[in-house]
Formats: sequence, structure tokens, C-alpha cells
Amino acid sequence: MTVQGHNVSLHERARRIRCHALRMGEVQGQGYIAQALDIADVLAVAYFHAMRYRPEDPDWEERDRFLLSNGHYAIALYAALIEAGIVPEAELETYGFDDSRLPMSGMASYTPGMEMSGGSLGLGLAIAVGRCLGLKRKGSDSFVYTLFSDGELDEGSKWEAMMSAAHYKLDNLIAVVDVNNQQADGPSGQMMGFEPLVDKVRAFGWFVQRVDGNDLNAVVAAFDAASAHQEAVPRMIIADTVMGKGVPFLEARERNHFMRVDANEWKLALAALQDGSQL
Amino acid sequence: MKVTSSTTTAKPRLTTSAMIASIAAEGQPTRAAPFGHALIELARRRPEVVGMTADLGKYTDLHVFAKEFPDRYYQMGMAEQLLFGGASGLAAEGFMPFVTTYAVFASRRAYDFIHQTIAEEDRNVKIACALPGLTSGYGPSHQAAEDLALFRAMPNMTIIDPCDALEIEQVVPAMAEHHGPVYMRLLRGQVPLVLDEYDYKFELGKAKQLRGGDDVLIISSGLLTMRALEAAKKLEADRIGASVLHVPTIKPLDVETIVAACRRPGRAVVVAENHTIIGGLGEAVAAVLMRERVHPAFHTIGLPDEFLAAGALPTLHDRYGISTDAIVGSVKSWL
Repeated sequence: MTVQGHNVSLHERARRIRCHALRMGEVQGQGYIAQALDIADVLAVAYFHAMRYRPEDPDWEERDRFLLSNGHYAIALYAALIEAGIVPEAELETYGFDDSRLPMSGMASYTPGMEMSGGSLGLGLAIAVGRCLGLKRKGSDSFVYTLFSDGELDEGSKWEAMMSAAHYKLDNLIAVVDVNNQQADGPSGQMMGFEPLVDKVRAFGWFVQRVDGNDLNAVVAAFDAASAHQEAVPRMIIADTVMGKGVPFLEARERNHFMRVDANEWKLALAALQDGSQL
Repeated sequence: MKVTSSTTTAKPRLTTSAMIASIAAEGQPTRAAPFGHALIELARRRPEVVGMTADLGKYTDLHVFAKEFPDRYYQMGMAEQLLFGGASGLAAEGFMPFVTTYAVFASRRAYDFIHQTIAEEDRNVKIACALPGLTSGYGPSHQAAEDLALFRAMPNMTIIDPCDALEIEQVVPAMAEHHGPVYMRLLRGQVPLVLDEYDYKFELGKAKQLRGGDDVLIISSGLLTMRALEAAKKLEADRIGASVLHVPTIKPLDVETIVAACRRPGRAVVVAENHTIIGGLGEAVAAVLMRERVHPAFHTIGLPDEFLAAGALPTLHDRYGISTDAIVGSVKSWL
């Protein structure tokens, strides 16, 4: 398959992940929609280019692990799990309702393919370190991917885990940071300055790349370089993304951490994605 | 200035300590690092066992395991959030981490990580924490007076408070037999040997009567069972018959045995524990008795609801009412 051909496919995967997320948002009338739209390209590359897994067997021992640290991005991961065939598309209608396998915040015991219970922020990278140590003990060549947000960099646990990943030479760890510069109380950089992030992470002993997280070619190249990197060091991809990506009127919205979207706007948002000209 | 030597024979000054041996009775036999040695025995049979700590291997008896199995030992640095998150990850990959730190750091600093990454996910992680209750003279930073209250409130968590070296040796394999998270209050270093005189066998979830007596029933766990047994002997000399019911499993509580023992007419009940009187064994037993409509004369012995002083452990145990003499005095004045 040519890179170009592959990317056309990934483009469609990303678009459909966005559509699944919007449809889940619509059944609740609200949600972390802007994050789902911003991270859809990264998830498309993870699930349809980089990762090894079996949709019919989410606990397959040889799979690559995906740890969603920012549990409120669950709507985005559910959309990817639906697109990957791990969760049936029909369950989309149950999102966030009583007894659903798709609760608002991601939990390991609820959802096939959900490897950890997030929600409380700053947990994922520490768990990922343990997963990587465990996989090495078993002689497994599986990778552990973990996604967390720029806001989670405020948590000291992230830096504890970053130090230990380098100490233990965890070359089976690929961490992705979603830098959308938005936290609950405002822009991430204003809540707590985290730049220069590349320099910091590199100084911690990681192989680090910073890419436009909404540029599929760039994301593919970053995932490829991360897995192919030869030094025995952990790998990080810093993905700069745009909240609400793909739906112009949502991109423009200022209060976008937790979005309330008017009933008539969901169809407009879906229409923008069907059109696809904005991507 | 010339210093003249004193001619009075002053008692030796007690030094600040965090060693269990400093509060053992005089002449009490002890065993060195029973947890570490029991873990080595377990690890020989169970290849999935690994050891983890946050810069306290030497102070939680895990160093003996580390020496025996260096490639199964993870030093996570002074980082308790990472320690427990990492343990969750190793457990998710099929290993059985025995994780050690001090009880204060597990219960207070890393509570959310244990709650979310271990208990909520029901990971098979065994947590063994030194310096439970008042077993350090270093002040509130090191005194885990409220660890039982915190962990009792955490769903999925099994809690064990062993009394002595013999029991720790039996608890370690029992922790491995139970699937799921377990919190154990660890007595480390030279640990007294007490229960060998009582034909005792630890069973997870079971309370055991160690001695009988008609006047008062002392319900206790951990170090305070050692004290309760000593107190019972002294009370006997005063013709007060004291029964001792040892409750090493704080959660799940052996309701049946406790209620049956408390139903006996005319016998007062005292719960003695190395923990704040808020939220520990005493309140757990009280709640059970109220629910079961059993209403004996009821008294609790435990640490007060205050930040405890720094100092020498024997002094502090006297001051806060959990030394043998303090327990004897408390029971006699209350009965």
C-alpha cells in the first residue's frame, strides 16, 4: 500500500471517528466533543496504522496496549473502538446512560478495549511504566501507547513516571501528549506554564518529536519514527491540536472544555464533517 | 566549665525510635525480617511475585528479597504515585507485585493511585506498609494513626493487621492465595514472637479466640493483641478473667465470630487497637454489634483524635494509653 493510499484511508477513519463522537455527544446533548474532534487524527493513526490488536479479542496477549490517561477523552476512544470494531456501533446510542458500557469517563471494567480507569488525572503514565516493565519481564515485543493531555503535565506523577521510564530504558513506551492548550479553568499555558516541553522531555532522556496533531502525514511519520527509533529510550509524541477540529463553528467557540451544543447544531456539525472540506 | 558526673542512678534516657523491638516486652523472643523471608519463600514457588518499593527497601524488610531476587525487584525511587501506578501496570500484565513503603505514604500520599489504579481495577497488588499506627516516634509525618479508617472505606480492599512474626509468616502466602488488592500493616525489623504459645494459625477473614475469661472480652488486632495478652495475664492476677479475641483481618470483618463472642451475657467488651479511635476496628465492631442488636457494656482503647507527639515509643504508648499497663489500668477503672 502506498503512503498516499494509506493516508486516504486514514483520512476517512479520522472523519468517521469524529462522526461517531458527535453522534454520542448528541445523545447526551453535551460532552468533551472539542477534545474528541482534536484527537481523532491521532486515534486514527494509532488504531489504523500503528497498533497491533484483534477486534474480536480485545485481551489478545500479543496486542499493543493503549492507556487513556485522560478519562474524559473516553468519548473519543469509544469512537475509535467503534470504528475499530471492538465496540459495536449500536452501543453508541447508550453513551452516558444508566447501565451503558460507555460511561462519560473511561473505566477499565466497563468497556472492551479500555485498558485503565482514568478520570482522576495523572494516572496513565505511571501505569504505563508498570505495563512496560511487565511486558519486558514476559519477553513481549508489544508496545504500550498512552495518551494524556497538556493539562496533565501539571500533575507531579507525570514527571515521576517520565524519570522512571528513562531510568528503566523503556523503549516499548510511546506516550502521546495532546497539546490543545485548554484546561477546565482556561488555557493550559496560563494555568501552569509547561513550555519548552520538547526541551524538558528531552532532558528527561526521552526521544521526543513535536508535530501538528491534525496533519495525518505528520502523525503517521511520528508514530513510525517512534516505533523504529533505535536507542533504548522511551518515546514521546507531542501533538499540537485544535479544539473542535473539523467543525468550524465549534473550533471558534471559546468555552470549549466541556461543550454544550444546541440541539440543532449537532446536525450542522455532522454536515460539516460529511462535507469534509474543512479537514 | 568542668562537668561533674552525677552520683544518682538515673533511668537510662529513652531515645526516639521507630523499631518495633523498642516496644517489645523485656525478654521477648523476636525474629528478624519475617516479611522479607516469608516473601522469599513465596517467590520461590510463585514466579509471578515481584517486589517494589519507593526508596524504603531497607526499611520494610524488602531488602532481603531484593538480595535473593535482584531481577525481580523494582526500585521506583521516592515516588509513591509512580510506585502504585507501576504496580497496577505490572499486575495488569499478570505479575503479583508486593509493594512496600511506610503506611503514611500509602494511605495519605498515594491514596488516589491505590483507589483508582489498584482497587477500582481490582488489580492483584499486595501492599505491605511499615510503621502502622503508633510505631514511630518521629511525629505525625511518620505515624499512620488513620490508615485503617482510610483503607476500610475503599471498596475491594482486604486489610490485615498481623500481631507478630509468626503471623506475618503465615499472612504472606495467604495474601498471595487471595486474588485482589490487600493492605497489610507491616511490623518490620526484629519482630516479637507471641502467637507460637497459642497454637495459632492465621486464616484470612477469621477472628481467633486466644484465651478465655469470664469478666471482660478484649477484641484486638495487630500489635495490640500482644498487649491484650499481656494485659490479660496481669488482670488475671487481680482475679479479673479476660478473654482475648484476635481479629487480624480488619476487612472483611469476621462478623459471626465477633457477634457470638459479644453475645455472652454479663461479659463486658473492650476493643483495643493501634489506630485512632475514629474509623478503625473499634468503630467497625461497634457498628456490627448495633446492627445485630447485641448491646454489651462497650469500651474502646485506641489513639486519641489528635496529632501525636514525637518521642520515645514506650513513653508515647504509655501517654496515649496503648501500653500494657495503660490497658490494665483502663480496663480496671472502667469495669
